[in-house]
Amino acid sequence: MIATLGATNPFFVNLDQIFVLLRNWLVGFLPVVLRPAAGVLLGVVAIVCVFPGLFALTTVFERKGLGRIQNRIGPNRVGPYGLLQPVADGIKSLTKEDIVPLRANAVVHFLAPLVLVVTVFMGFAVLPMGRNMVLVDMDAGLLFFFAMGAATELSVFMAGWSSRNKYSLLGAMRAVAQMISYEVVLLLSSVAVVMITGSLSLPKIVAAQNQYTGVFPHWYIFTPWGLAGFLMYAIAATAETNRSPFDLPEGESELVAGYHTEYSGFKFALFFLGEYLAMFSISGLGTTLFLGGWSAPFSFLSWVPSWFWFFGKVMLSIFVFIWMRGTLPRLRQDQLMNFAWKFVLPFTLLNLLVTALWRFMGEGWQRWVVCSVILIAAYVVMGRVEMRSEHFGRRSYRYAE
Amino acid sequence: MLGDGILKGMAETARNFFGSYVSKERLTTVEYPEHRIPTAENARVFPFLVYDGANWEAGMRCVACQICEKECPPKCIYIEKSADKKPDHLGKQQFYPARFDIDVSVCMSCQICVEVCPFEAIKMDTQFELATEDRFGGLLYDRKELSRSNEYYHSIHPTEAGEVDARLTEEKAKVEAKAKAAAEAAAAKAAAAANPPTPAGGES
Amino acid sequence: MNAVFYILAALTLAGGLATVLLKQLVHCALAVTVAFAGLALLFLQLDAQFAGFAQILVYIGAVAILIVFAILLTRGSDLPKDGVFSKTWFLGLVIAAGVFAVLGWAVLASVSAVPQQNAVPSVTVHDIGIALVGRYVLPLEIVALLLTAATIGAVIVAMHEKERPR
Repeated sequence: MIATLGATNPFFVNLDQIFVLLRNWLVGFLPVVLRPAAGVLLGVVAIVCVFPGLFALTTVFERKGLGRIQNRIGPNRVGPYGLLQPVADGIKSLTKEDIVPLRANAVVHFLAPLVLVVTVFMGFAVLPMGRNMVLVDMDAGLLFFFAMGAATELSVFMAGWSSRNKYSLLGAMRAVAQMISYEVVLLLSSVAVVMITGSLSLPKIVAAQNQYTGVFPHWYIFTPWGLAGFLMYAIAATAETNRSPFDLPEGESELVAGYHTEYSGFKFALFFLGEYLAMFSISGLGTTLFLGGWSAPFSFLSWVPSWFWFFGKVMLSIFVFIWMRGTLPRLRQDQLMNFAWKFVLPFTLLNLLVTALWRFMGEGWQRWVVCSVILIAAYVVMGRVEMRSEHFGRRSYRYAE
Repeated sequence: MLGDGILKGMAETARNFFGSYVSKERLTTVEYPEHRIPTAENARVFPFLVYDGANWEAGMRCVACQICEKECPPKCIYIEKSADKKPDHLGKQQFYPARFDIDVSVCMSCQICVEVCPFEAIKMDTQFELATEDRFGGLLYDRKELSRSNEYYHSIHPTEAGEVDARLTEEKAKVEAKAKAAAEAAAAKAAAAANPPTPAGGES
Repeated sequence: MNAVFYILAALTLAGGLATVLLKQLVHCALAVTVAFAGLALLFLQLDAQFAGFAQILVYIGAVAILIVFAILLTRGSDLPKDGVFSKTWFLGLVIAAGVFAVLGWAVLASVSAVPQQNAVPSVTVHDIGIALVGRYVLPLEIVALLLTAATIGAVIVAMHEKERPR
């Protein structure tokens, strides 16, 4: 092995920056005027190739993982251990007939999956996937990410409405209501991170977490407010991407397939792709905000390339998503909304206050104790008080006007 | 506390996930068709005709009594009696079926034909991988396709076949004993008749 | 005034025109979303990152959704019997032209008070934040109070229906 296991060893520095160096070398063939545009274009091509590839791998791992959780083997016929299953699925989706209902609104029906996939891909532009590996380093990068997430909701609505199908419309309304409610939580839990870092730019947030006291990293998840924020962020992320246990909008047993009932073939594949890419992008943001982005978990491991840590953490988050899907039953719509507005949102607001307290108490052990005590007490109290089950009184009737 | 149910659930699923690699109990899938679960002894699918010995025509137990044809609820059995007779396992001359057709696409595996057969001639087979592409003749089995040896019957239903064999040998033993007794009585009678009787007419 | 500006202006105008000219109400809502997007891109072209992304986040992510929900929960997609265009459109055109003239005069008269394009500093989110809690803290608090009042009003209106005696 290499004698000096430090991040300054030139071999490991080059390995860390290998994609940046590759891009610079390729772009060097072009005249100087075209170089910035070509660089960005290469980055876009890389993102468009890598993330759908990861999506293909994730579909196999999800099916096999869920299978093992459910005491069965997942798909294992196509390729070794079933790893070529996405190829078979892709061929199937591409060759299926594209059915558009007669009374559906053709233009909006066509545009909905496109809008979804385009806005989700845009979200990847600001994620720092390694040292110096962010496609666009914007000052308000976090805000851009959430703006793209908000545009996603519109495409869900477009899909549901244009199908002229009451199940689709119901599914779309439920999905949009759920996404809006949890979007607030997502934003507020990120605001805590922004407060401590002092910047909306994602590479700066990662740089702030890339420090070590002794061996241990300064990731925000290892602080009381960071842990609480991360938990709320994880709940909101699961709800935003319509994953179990929040997948009522696409619950097969309730709504056929919700807002993508009337989509078949490639358009359905695009919805599927959009959902998984949204999962990757939200996991990427969660990794950047709370888990330290591309920084290594221990200071002696910083020789491992930064992009390895980033993708490793994202895949770990995906594994947790799959684990939750295999564990929890689906939440009903009113339970979901109750949970959002009565527990998650107040807790997130309290987390903001605690973050402010953390910031202004200064260094020392006192702030750890005070913040932890407040958060734990609030969690226990709110859990008891807000999540009581309803007591049903006498039956009352309400008539439509 | 809020969330402890979720954690317990996640622990259980994690145990399932990792346990499925090590213990059979947590991975109950049997990858058909490479592996098969062995069928139970009293499994039943479609009937077959039992024959004793090596020759399926000579050793067929069925005597074309047509009871199973009458008792079959969906009427999937079609029997035509033969014109001549052949000896059965007890030595008696019996008819045999010139045609014995079972339409297994109609058969409902109720086993009534087995229950009513007095000659232990028709039993239930356990083979179920019988799919065919010939939808008209492929599922109509004639008597040659339906015949299987007694050894085969032993291999699929050992307990039952053992009981049937015991019963048949007992019957055979009884019949032989009776025949022996009758033969002895006839011999005694013949011996008594062969003894010179007291002259009643004086014939030489 | 470069090519990008003209393209974005054309997009916004097209969105706006489509909003008033299309027949299906939900199509109009989607067209106004395009107009919002065009506005956001204009903000971004002027290097006002916060304003542009906030426009997308708030207008497209919340206001457009609100409009669409309102359409779906109240009228449905049936067309009105008398057609979608008003009979007094000429008067409307005159009033709109008058308002536009006043606004245009106000903007052009104030342009001379503002320094030229190449001296405009880029405003970061940090500056906006400092301004909000420093110089403009009173408007911020008043807007917050207004939003709280609106929220409470909405809750009261919704609750009122539930408690009506049967």
